[in-house]
Amino acid sequence: MIRRAVAYLDRGTGASPLLRKTLRYAFPDHWSFLLGEVALYSFIVLVATGIYLTLFFEPSLAKTTYNGVYAPLRGMEMSQAYKSVVDISYERNAGLLFRQTHHWAADVFVAAVILHLIRVFFTGAFRRPRTLIWTIGLLMLFTSLLEGYLGYSMVDDLLSGMGLAIGYAVAMSTPVIGANLALGIWGAPYPGAHAFESRMYIAHVLIFPALIATLLALHLALVVRHHHTQFRTSPRATEKRLLGLPTLPAYAPRSLGLMLAVAALLFLLGGLVQINPIWQWGPYEVSQGTNGAQPDWYLGWLIGALRLVPGFDLTVGDYTLVGNPFWGGALFPLVVLLVLLAVPAAERRITRDGSTHNIADRPRDAPGRTAFGMAFLTWVALIFVAGSADRMYVFLGLSYEGQIWFYRVASLVLPFVAYLVTRRVCHALQEAGRIEADAAAAGAKTSTDPPGRDCNAPDAGTGDVRWGT
Amino acid sequence: MKRFVLTLLAIINGLRRRRERIGAREEEARREEGPIVPPGPHAPRAELAVALLLFAAALCGAGFIVVYAVGGDWNRTQLQGITLGGAFAFLAIALITVGKHLVSEEEVEDSYHDPEHPSEQERIDKIVEESASGITRKKLLITAGGAAGAAVGLAAITPALTLGPLLDTDELRETPWRRGLRLIGEDGKPLFAGQVEEETFYTAFPEHADRDLIGSPVVVVRLAPEQLRLPPERAKWAPLGIVAFSKVCTHAGCAIALYRKPTFKPTQPRPALVCPCHYSTFDPARGGEVIFGPAGRPLPQLPLVVGGDGILRAGGNFSGQVGPAYGTVRSRRPT
Repeated sequence: MIRRAVAYLDRGTGASPLLRKTLRYAFPDHWSFLLGEVALYSFIVLVATGIYLTLFFEPSLAKTTYNGVYAPLRGMEMSQAYKSVVDISYERNAGLLFRQTHHWAADVFVAAVILHLIRVFFTGAFRRPRTLIWTIGLLMLFTSLLEGYLGYSMVDDLLSGMGLAIGYAVAMSTPVIGANLALGIWGAPYPGAHAFESRMYIAHVLIFPALIATLLALHLALVVRHHHTQFRTSPRATEKRLLGLPTLPAYAPRSLGLMLAVAALLFLLGGLVQINPIWQWGPYEVSQGTNGAQPDWYLGWLIGALRLVPGFDLTVGDYTLVGNPFWGGALFPLVVLLVLLAVPAAERRITRDGSTHNIADRPRDAPGRTAFGMAFLTWVALIFVAGSADRMYVFLGLSYEGQIWFYRVASLVLPFVAYLVTRRVCHALQEAGRIEADAAAAGAKTSTDPPGRDCNAPDAGTGDVRWGT
Repeated sequence: MKRFVLTLLAIINGLRRRRERIGAREEEARREEGPIVPPGPHAPRAELAVALLLFAAALCGAGFIVVYAVGGDWNRTQLQGITLGGAFAFLAIALITVGKHLVSEEEVEDSYHDPEHPSEQERIDKIVEESASGITRKKLLITAGGAAGAAVGLAAITPALTLGPLLDTDELRETPWRRGLRLIGEDGKPLFAGQVEEETFYTAFPEHADRDLIGSPVVVVRLAPEQLRLPPERAKWAPLGIVAFSKVCTHAGCAIALYRKPTFKPTQPRPALVCPCHYSTFDPARGGEVIFGPAGRPLPQLPLVVGGDGILRAGGNFSGQVGPAYGTVRSRRPT
């Protein structure tokens, strides 16, 4: 049976040598290497549930009156878009399950991508020859943020309308061309032309997914080309030789199992944990706003940045050169993206090391990089947390203004503290490892030497180097 | 002579490659004599567990179909999630059990290759260079090519102007407010000056206007007249201490949905209009100036008058442009 299928394939494509190689392709094994896979599998769930939703969603801002089963909205005027999503939630069998699973999958996808990014950063896996993989991954992440924003914006509920108002203001605040840019995208002054809904729709269901899928394919192809990095788990794992589980028999079942586990998690969340109950927000009107509204988590850093910036527009005489939303809504994410894009080249320059690295560092092995990473992470995380200051005011009664001033100062000071502390900890861990290794070496010398193992050999696993086990 | 040497080299090269190919094939054949994959562990209990898990997945899948098919007015979403998610979960555990307990966990070796091929790079460079070797007037062609590229590129993106009024931003100044227009409340009825109370806020629109324009909604509050500190030229804009401002935040365009009346002195010294998006805080007593938060401009104020019928009317257009900042937002008046 298998023989015949392989023969059929080989006759048609001549791919059996490639297939055989693929079946014995080696995957270095470490739990942190699975984060990227979780992202990949969330993306698959996103596409599958998304296709289902496009079959029922109506991307139209034409007004209609709601007469469906959800009583509190009956008789209200709303757009076709909003009505169709309420209908998906209430009147399409399994519609709510797929809608909520889609939303959860987006949240998990971005979370997995960012954890994956953090792992790659702290292990130095962005170094040559994988620099291009890092770049493509970053572009994918930022495209995905926009994709998620469009996804919940085109529903035209009150919350998404507020998000679009902010997006419009950020576009308007772009120096010099802001007004033209915003009018071009929206088609008319805010809330924009009806065509704007179609523009969001085609971008969300076709253009951006195609872009992400293309980048994803390139990302994976390059990972296959260069092989995965590995930790120095045994003396046999070197810069030239990698050790890993082959696709068959060991790795494929595990990875497919992970895919199904991700799907299981997302569908359980989609079925059991409510997310974005748009029928509670109501349809969007320019004159309406809700208090305590929070966007999806992955935009929290932008909300925080928009809130932290002191109140000023940059003006030259009467001319407004830079509107305030630009700082937090455009410049801040741009700086984060550019810094991350520049990381591989900057590290090459600082360490004067342009060689290829296939062995992943432990964070302590590169104290400078790890300390910088922690400082950068602290900076972004503090700005992210600042976005919740209003909730802290409601729950804990902490003065909102006081909190904002705290975060303004903390986001400038604490990154330096994080840098110094991290570097110190890295050095201490290195020191501890050295002492341990010396003790082990001394112990080995006094007792009978274990045959065939020399702790001082350059590739030998010393006591603290068994990070991967 | 040269041709002869080249031919010789080609033959030698071909021979060498054939020898290599034969070598690889032999090695493969040798390897395939024995088993390629070492035998997996003997684990009948794990096999049984996997079988049970697969049956459980099948059961969940069937359960989903039943839940989907059975109609009625009950919370199906939860059961659909449990059955479909459960099916995936059992399949996942089954597969991971197979990977961990039923198959060999041998490690294989592979080698990392340096991706760079310096000689190939050189050759490509040469091919491109030599392809253009017959061209004599390179500079002319490059200039002409640049001109063609620029013009055709511009032509290709010109239709983007159709997207919106890209070059004409005058529309941004427009608001539906005109002198004498009545203020209409959210309930669609005119707003009487007498019904406006202190310590709360009202949303109003110009009569006959589209409510979904950014220039339409205003927020109306009443302050004690002695609290007012309006700029002198706006002295007559607040009959009975009633003031109106654009309801659209000058920071990011959200609706001003919070009115903070002073309940706690140290942090809330006076009434304030607050945007719930980024907490820009505006002072209605001082003509909408920014007290706190990221907004860079005051809220545009709408002059009010009370008609003979006691209904609030606009005394003109806003004091400044409505909505978020852009280039000429400060230099042009609303129309």
